Amino acid sequence: MKLLASIGRYFIFLGKSFKKPEKHRVYYRQTMKELINLGVNSIGIVIVISVFMGAAITLQTAYNTDNPIYPRYLIGLGCRDSIILEFSSTMVALILAGKVGSHIASEIGSMRITEQIDALDIMGVNTISYLILPKIVATLIFFPFLTLISITFGIFGGYLSAISTGVVSSGDFIYGLQYAFVPYNITYSLIKTVVFAFIISSVSGFQGYYVSGGSLDVGKASTRSVVYACILILLFNLVLTQLLLS
Amino acid sequence: MIRIINSYKAFGNNKVLDNVSVNFEAGKTNLVIGRSGSGKTVLLKSIVGLLELDSGEIWYDNTRFDTLDFKSRKSIRREIGMLFQGSALFDSMTVEENVMFKLDMFTNMSRGEKKKRVNYCLDRVNIIDANNLLPSELSGGMRKRVAIARAIVLYPGYLFCDEPNSGLDPETAILIDKLIKDITDEFKMTTIVNTHDMNSVMEIGEKVVYIAEGIKQWEGTNREILKSDCKSLNEFIFASELTRQLKH
Repeated sequence: MKLLASIGRYFIFLGKSFKKPEKHRVYYRQTMKELINLGVNSIGIVIVISVFMGAAITLQTAYNTDNPIYPRYLIGLGCRDSIILEFSSTMVALILAGKVGSHIASEIGSMRITEQIDALDIMGVNTISYLILPKIVATLIFFPFLTLISITFGIFGGYLSAISTGVVSSGDFIYGLQYAFVPYNITYSLIKTVVFAFIISSVSGFQGYYVSGGSLDVGKASTRSVVYACILILLFNLVLTQLLLS
Repeated sequence: MIRIINSYKAFGNNKVLDNVSVNFEAGKTNLVIGRSGSGKTVLLKSIVGLLELDSGEIWYDNTRFDTLDFKSRKSIRREIGMLFQGSALFDSMTVEENVMFKLDMFTNMSRGEKKKRVNYCLDRVNIIDANNLLPSELSGGMRKRVAIARAIVLYPGYLFCDEPNSGLDPETAILIDKLIKDITDEFKMTTIVNTHDMNSVMEIGEKVVYIAEGIKQWEGTNREILKSDCKSLNEFIFASELTRQLKH
């Protein structure tokens, strides 16, 4: 019953966040700020994780296909498809749920317990829309770029590890990257990213907005936002994979 | 003028406001006093619409506020300035951006006009050369003054202050009180201040309402309060040894 009430409250919250903005210029400025806070500031962690994951995927693929019947270019192909289909969308989204999700929940939660949201309410601002909509728009715009960056650096990490350890030659790896490439896979990955971006920003915004109590409760809301966002990402990953690839 | 008629509010079985009726007079500094937990913050939050009354009426001049929907409340809310106990300045904005926020959101003033108005309001509360500082870089007294500047930037008709002196030293507290009083007189606002500070009562309490356990027990002026025969009020006023000695 409590779960149903929370789901209902979440959809009401979403409805309010998409209400017409009071002043487009103010919302535009907020969105630009959020693009930097939530998007640009996440580029570093995405690059680092992608390079190392790409390297690890390549070495694991090489280890598991260490048999004369498998052509060596399969290592490049395996690295490419693992990164495009699953890693750069789902794994990066899980990591961003931790970084961006907790940031959003704790920022809005702190505003709630220090009465900043009450101050906005009294001014007559639609607080849900003002605080949440720019974050949703910023993540929807920027996360697909993060996915593309992750794909690029993941494959680059795989290439570096392949060359430096000698598990496959440069030529074979690049041939594998190009072999039987399906451009739709990129589209599939970007569609998933957009859905995950929406989940991360809206779920964490919801958790932060309805915080009551003190700083301990902000911490709890932040943790809840990461957990719920991760569960929903995994659930929607399954649903979208069935819908888009079957 | 703000009128509260038969206001009632409970959280579960806990009655917080019980049939409170008050007229807060226009152009005056109206004080609501009472012990912590007496219901004065709930009353203030109900008047500004942050909490909904279970029953009763709230009138801003000739408009009944409590029955209006969010959209209709907007026109009255733009007339409201509020000073919160913890100032509630926006952490991510500078002092100038904090004060300018309402102008950005609700007016079509040019950048120059907005800057001029912000500087006037900051000057008015004696904040100088702090436009680019963040709230975290300000002292408690400065934060309160910036919050007052933000509250008055859009020429409000009503000013609400929740415990404006909390966390301040006595000298700064008196400065803040006097600032609230001066601004009320200057802008001819209806001001309501929640406090349990007797210094504030004596300094600025043109009208004083005493609430205990959610019930209005007494109302009058700061000149009448020391002569009151309300037992509960006298216990509140003369709670400390110092005030008891002064009385005798």
